[in-house]
Amino acid sequence: MSSMASPAAGSAIGRPVAGAIPGVVAVNTFREAVRDRILYNLIFFALVMMGAAILVGQISIGIERLVIINLGLSAISIFGLIMAIFIGVSLVSKEIEKRTLYSLLSKPIRRWEFLLGRYTGLLLTLVVNTSLMTVGLAGALLYVSRHFERGDASILLAVYFILLQLALVTAIALFFSCFSTPVLSTLYTIGIYVAGVFANDIHAIGQFTRNPAMEAVTRVIYYLLPNFHNFNIIAVASHGEAVPFSLIWQNTIYAALYVAVVLIAAAAAFSRRNLK
Amino acid sequence: MTIPAIEIEGLTKDYATGFWRKRMRRSLDNLTLLVEEGEVFGFLGPNGAGKTTTIKLLMGLIFPTAGTARIRGQSIEDVRMHREIGFLPEQPYFYDYLTARELLDYYARFFGYSTGERRERVNRFLEQVGLASAGDTQLRKFSKGMLQRAGIAQAILHDPQVIFLDEPMSGLDPVGRREVRDIILALKQQGRTVFFSTHILSDAEMLCDRVAVLVGGKLRGVGAPGDIVSMEIQGMEILFEASHAEALPRSFAGRATQIGGRFRIEVPEAELYDSLERLRGCGARILSVTPIRPTLEDYFFGLVDHGKTDRLPEEVTVR
Repeated sequence: MSSMASPAAGSAIGRPVAGAIPGVVAVNTFREAVRDRILYNLIFFALVMMGAAILVGQISIGIERLVIINLGLSAISIFGLIMAIFIGVSLVSKEIEKRTLYSLLSKPIRRWEFLLGRYTGLLLTLVVNTSLMTVGLAGALLYVSRHFERGDASILLAVYFILLQLALVTAIALFFSCFSTPVLSTLYTIGIYVAGVFANDIHAIGQFTRNPAMEAVTRVIYYLLPNFHNFNIIAVASHGEAVPFSLIWQNTIYAALYVAVVLIAAAAAFSRRNLK
Repeated sequence: MTIPAIEIEGLTKDYATGFWRKRMRRSLDNLTLLVEEGEVFGFLGPNGAGKTTTIKLLMGLIFPTAGTARIRGQSIEDVRMHREIGFLPEQPYFYDYLTARELLDYYARFFGYSTGERRERVNRFLEQVGLASAGDTQLRKFSKGMLQRAGIAQAILHDPQVIFLDEPMSGLDPVGRREVRDIILALKQQGRTVFFSTHILSDAEMLCDRVAVLVGGKLRGVGAPGDIVSMEIQGMEILFEASHAEALPRSFAGRATQIGGRFRIEVPEAELYDSLERLRGCGARILSVTPIRPTLEDYFFGLVDHGKTDRLPEEVTVR
C-alpha cells in the first residue's frame, strides 16, 4: 500500500440534492437485479409464449387472439407477482443479513431514503421486466393473427394495471420485511394479496350474513385490504373491449395513495429498528 | 477550546431476549468516554464485552436505552454528522456483484461529488489501499484481506475526520495487519481521529495514544498504554551464562530457569545489586537485566479475570 495523501484541499463534501439519494440506491438495486440474473425469467416467458403461439395455431380455430392475450397477460401478472413478492421481502432483510447496510447507513443517508431507493429500484426492475414481456406478447399476437386490432390498446391498459398491482404488492412485501423474517414476510404478503383479490367477496359475505357485527368486521377488512379486484381487466382486454376512463384514474389514485401509506408505515417501522 | 472528537455520556444498551417471558440483557452499561481530536484510541475488550455494541450505537445502527453521544459536537442522531465519519464494520461484506471501483463510486455518490471528482477519488483510494490492479474485479472474487482493504477505502473515501474501525486486524495475515497499522498511522499524521476496537493487544500498544478497556459491558480503565503498564516494577529479570547449574549460589539454584546455555532468574528490585555480586562471584556472565512491568496484556487479563462474574449478562425480568 502506498503512503496516504492528505485530504484534498477544498473538496466539497456535502450531500446530493434532495431526492437524489433514493435514486442512487434505486439504480444500485436495479443493477443488483440485473447482475443476479433476475431478468432470466424472461427466457421462461419467451418459451411459454412461443409454445402457446405454436399450439393455439393448431388447436383453437378463431379464438387464437383470445387465448394468446389471456395467457400472455396472466403470465406477465404471475411472473411479476413472483418477483415482487420474493425480491420485495428480501429488499431489507438481505442488506441486514449480509451486513451491507452497516457501511451504507454510516454514510449521510436516512433510513427512509434507503427504503424508498430499494422500493424504487425494484419497481424499475419490474417495469423493465414487464415491458419486455409485453413486447413478447405483442410478438406472439402478431405471429398468430398477422395484425393488430384497435381493441388491442386495452392490452396496454391491462399491463398498466398489472404494474399498479405490482407496485402495491412490492410496497406490502417491503413493509413486512422491515420488521419480520423473509419467510414470514412472504407468507403475510401472499396472504394479503389473495385476500385482496377476494376483497369484494369478503364484503359480500358480511352482507349475506345479515349480522350487523359480521357486516362491520367484513367492512373494516374490505377497506383495509388492498382491493385487487378492480385491477384485473385481463378478460376485458382479451375480448378487445373498451376500458372506462374513470377506472384508469381511480385505480391510479387508489394505488398511489395505498403505496404512499404503506411506505410511510414501513419507514416508521424501520426508523427505530435495531440492526443487531 | 477544541471540540472533542467523540463524547459519550452514560451510554447504555439493553436487548430484549426470550419469546414469552421478556428479559433484558445489558450489553453496555453506562459508558462515559471522551476521545480528543487527533487521537488514535483503542477500544479493548474480550468477545462480548460491548465493543461492537458501542460502535453500532455511535453509527446509529442500534439505539441507546439510555445516554447520549456526540461526534465533533453533533448528536449521533443527526444524519449530517455522517459526513464527518468513516466506518469499517467487523468482517465487512459488500455488494459482491459490484467491482471495487463500482463499490467506491456508489458510496462516493452519497457525498455529492461531481463525476470527475468521484472518478479521481476512487482511483486515488484504490491506489492507496493497494487495490489499483483489482479495481475492476467483482468483490465476490476478493480474498478476506482484499475485502478489508476495500472496506478501509470506503471508510476514508470522503476524508472523514473521525474514523471508526471495528476489529480492523481480525483475520488478516501479518502483512495485512502491518498494512492496516500503516494506514492508521498515516491517518494520525493527517490529524484524523481513529477509534478502533481490537482484542489484539500488541496492535493497541503499538498504535494507540490511549486505550479504554471494556469488560462485561462496563468500562474498566482508560489511559495511555504507557500509563497503564508503567505501574510499579514487579521485579527484575537477570539473564546470565554460567558453566553449569551447580556452580550457582545455593539460594539461586532452585529459582533459576535454564534456557540452553543461559539462565534466567527473577529477583526483587531491592536484592538486585546483591544478586549481581553473588552471580559474578561464582563466575557467571551477566547478559541482561530487565525490569519486570505488567504488560497491557497482564493488565487486560487481570481485569477480565477480576470481572468474570460481571461478564455474565445482567438480566432483568420485564413485566
